[in-house]
Amino acid sequence: MRSHHHHFAVSTDGPDKNDDVERAKCEGKEMTKEEKQRLRKEKKQQKKSKEKKDDAASQESEKGKKSDGKSSPASQPLPKPTTQKAPSAVPAPAPFPMPASEAPAPADKPAKSKAELKAERRARQEADRASKQGSKKGEVGPQASAGKPKAPPSELQPVVKRLPEHMQVDNPDVLKKLAKKLERQQIPLRLDYGYKVSLFSHLHQYSRKAPLTQQLSIPSTVIHPAIVRLGLQYSQGIVAGSNARSVALLHAFKQVISDYTTPPNEELSRDLVNKLKPYISFLNQCRPLSASMGNAIKYIKKEISNIPSQCKEEEAKRKLLNCIECYINEKIILAAKAIAKYSIEKISDGDVILVYGCSSLVNHILCEAFEKAIKFHVIVVDSRPRLEGREALRRLVQRGISCTYVLISAVSYILPEVSKVFLGAHALLANGYVMSRVGTSQIALVAKAFNVPVLVCCETYKFCDRVQTDSFVSNELDDPDDLIVTRKGKTQLEDWQQVDSLGLLNLVYDVTPPDFVDLVITDLGMIPCTSVPVVLRVKNVDQ
Amino acid sequence: MELQAVLMAAGGGSRMTDLTFNNPKPMLPVGNKPLVWYPLNLLERVGFEEVIVITTKEVNKMMSTDPKIKDVKIKLDVVCIQEDGDMGTADALRHIHQKIKSDILVVSCDLITDVALHEVVDLFRAHNATVAMLMSKAHEFTEIVPGQKGKKKTAEQRDFVGVDQSSKRLLFMANEADLEDGLSIRKSIMRKHPRMHLKTGLVDAHLYCLKKAVVDFLTENKSISSIRGELVPYLVRKQFSKTTDSHKVKEDAEDQNQKKSDCSTNHEILISSRDEPLLQLSQERSCWNDHHGDMSEAYHGGKLRCYVHIMDQGLCFRANTIPAYMEANRLTPKLFEEPAVHPSAVISDRCQMGSDSIIGALSQVADKTSIKRSTIGNSTTIKEKVKVTNSIIMHGVTIEEGCNIQSSVICSNVVIGRGADLKHCLVGSGQQIDSDAERNNEVIVGTDQLMEI
Repeated sequence: MRSHHHHFAVSTDGPDKNDDVERAKCEGKEMTKEEKQRLRKEKKQQKKSKEKKDDAASQESEKGKKSDGKSSPASQPLPKPTTQKAPSAVPAPAPFPMPASEAPAPADKPAKSKAELKAERRARQEADRASKQGSKKGEVGPQASAGKPKAPPSELQPVVKRLPEHMQVDNPDVLKKLAKKLERQQIPLRLDYGYKVSLFSHLHQYSRKAPLTQQLSIPSTVIHPAIVRLGLQYSQGIVAGSNARSVALLHAFKQVISDYTTPPNEELSRDLVNKLKPYISFLNQCRPLSASMGNAIKYIKKEISNIPSQCKEEEAKRKLLNCIECYINEKIILAAKAIAKYSIEKISDGDVILVYGCSSLVNHILCEAFEKAIKFHVIVVDSRPRLEGREALRRLVQRGISCTYVLISAVSYILPEVSKVFLGAHALLANGYVMSRVGTSQIALVAKAFNVPVLVCCETYKFCDRVQTDSFVSNELDDPDDLIVTRKGKTQLEDWQQVDSLGLLNLVYDVTPPDFVDLVITDLGMIPCTSVPVVLRVKNVDQ
Repeated sequence: MELQAVLMAAGGGSRMTDLTFNNPKPMLPVGNKPLVWYPLNLLERVGFEEVIVITTKEVNKMMSTDPKIKDVKIKLDVVCIQEDGDMGTADALRHIHQKIKSDILVVSCDLITDVALHEVVDLFRAHNATVAMLMSKAHEFTEIVPGQKGKKKTAEQRDFVGVDQSSKRLLFMANEADLEDGLSIRKSIMRKHPRMHLKTGLVDAHLYCLKKAVVDFLTENKSISSIRGELVPYLVRKQFSKTTDSHKVKEDAEDQNQKKSDCSTNHEILISSRDEPLLQLSQERSCWNDHHGDMSEAYHGGKLRCYVHIMDQGLCFRANTIPAYMEANRLTPKLFEEPAVHPSAVISDRCQMGSDSIIGALSQVADKTSIKRSTIGNSTTIKEKVKVTNSIIMHGVTIEEGCNIQSSVICSNVVIGRGADLKHCLVGSGQQIDSDAERNNEVIVGTDQLMEI
């Protein structure tokens, strides 16, 4: 009997697996007739092999009930019979954590008992890990979703990743979803401006002259005033730069948390996270979130959810404020000190160092090196339209460092004189690519051609597990009117919108491949570019 | 709460005493709505839910009975002050400082504008400014003031306003009356802002966003009584004074001894904000600067910042003089899409009504009348063969047959006898004009008003 079951179960493993894999893939779509038939067959097979599948199946069924209930009603009858016939030896796995972002992983249903237990263990582990990861950037959990045609991505395998909304602007369905979501959160939708170059038409492009506050009521009641102020400062560029934006964000969150009161019958750990979601959408509308901000938000959400429910409100708030302080202190201030310490080893007397734009970290390193009485010269490379190099130049010269200032068009002329290139980063991607201000990859390329070492300085909290190999897929389009300049009273590009064949493109970021980067200096030490995934894995295990 | 609105409706209308003798300025009808309705409407449109109204008991009584004010959905928290007291706007703020719990938006009752208010408030928010105000390019009023003899125009004291290159930051503000021997600009301003635009043709809309710390500062400095006249110029000057040390201060002659001790504490008040170190860190790490070319950080390290939004398009003026009032009556009906003729008014078919005239509720206009570019108030009766041009007729007026009224302001409850001919006249409330009277360029008021000095 046993062997028969065993055999039978094995033989059905194949189609079973296929079925389930397919089901996971087409979750949420209308079940076709064949799929329904297949499911019914599966049902029968499962009934027969129920003894072996007791534990896994009941777990599956619970998971299945929770997420299947939303997307595929046809699979509803499937789990029920198995639980009915499940022998009483099965303890209801109530403590099994039920993060609703799970899609069932029916592929975890091997027939063999050992494999079944292994899969069960794996499933539990991954569900745990997934529940800790919370919401990924750009992917809203299904709790907040309304009318999503596709199922939320499974944190277990098979992994069906959804593209974040901000990269699919030319898809009207995605825009409609976004509009609905914002409407629910009572946040105004910011409209795109101007003609977008076709290669980048999948990204948002906003105008600085049309701030989001136009559509908000003036004493803003829906959004906390500190967040409105922050959003304004982001969209007008008053707070710019990865570190500055993260610090300002955490400062605003501190104010939000201090002003927060738990409504009756609600728990702080859940309600506060829900309160923060519309604020984050608002800030995203003002200016797309950076990787560092995303990581900071994930950290805060995790801290808030980990507040025990019996904690009093005052104490909880104090703890959270403390957490934020610690985070900033650890990840930004101390990290800068550590990175400066490592970098100073690489700077020697007589060096000519090239920097690009205004990176707060690189400026800090250079100032620290100057304090240590190392004699070096700095060349600041700048580019339009932001001309951030002027600010870097001012800060360095104020300290007394001797500097040269050039525009990026001159970089190949001065590189023969340069001994090292120090670059800052906006984010470090999981495949080793460096995402930074537009122009950075050019400098790295030319430096490589001249055999000048390129060192990238980046704190670990900016590491992000996205993968990108080009600057097109995910980028930020700044206001195209920034490119317009008035010289001697004449503004040539004033009516650029009238010219049909003309498009103005103002990119903000670009990605540099790891072949051009010789070393990445982080607070964990000096690592090669390709070791970024290792750091990410170490970080995830820590958390 | 982010901003609290404060509406100053206690002003006496000192520049149009003829009109305001019997009607307090906030209740003067403009386009058949009381003047105070316009700022209330602006606040309501923008999203305010309640406003603190500082006014006199008399105005409060009139407001509570006025139907248009009752229509307003915004909640009015009325604070009454003495009518004859010499209370300036800053004094009024000091009076209500208990009610003020956050930053405030001060509006004057005679402001009529369609400004996008977020422009002013955004300056206030984004730059963490101490004061943000609204100004507009001045509008030349071409109306001849009734009752003015000859073309003599009183020399309006000019306001000198200095702004920086971006026309957002306020660097200098003074009235001609205060500049005895010429306009002097401090070197510290020139060093920080080498390019300054001085403008004299701007009209101050009396709309200010003030930080709460400023109100606290006012409670300690009881000598400041007017926001426009004293407080704002003081703050603008203080932007460039040497900062917060207790030893220093040789700049202004005004910073006398008794104010010195106040000054240092006031600076601390004006400067402190919650969680300063993080903001400081964020600003340090940010690669933004509001000016280029010198070695100082953003805002030159100054914590006190004054901003102004200058409107160059759109409607913005204060109805505080008679020409402005008459202009207001003509322009405001265009702001709102309301029917020119109130549905309850009875207009006969053979009356010629121009397109920019409006007629109030329950009015009656008989045949063969011609009404052009005029505002007729509520419950007014106009008999046959009357010509009304370019005039303002308030409520409850009776105009008998055959009258001819041009460019005049007729206040409420006036009776004009038949065949009267009025040009450029201002008729006070409750007056009676005899039949066949011919008045040109006169102010006709009661004897008790004449006795008022």
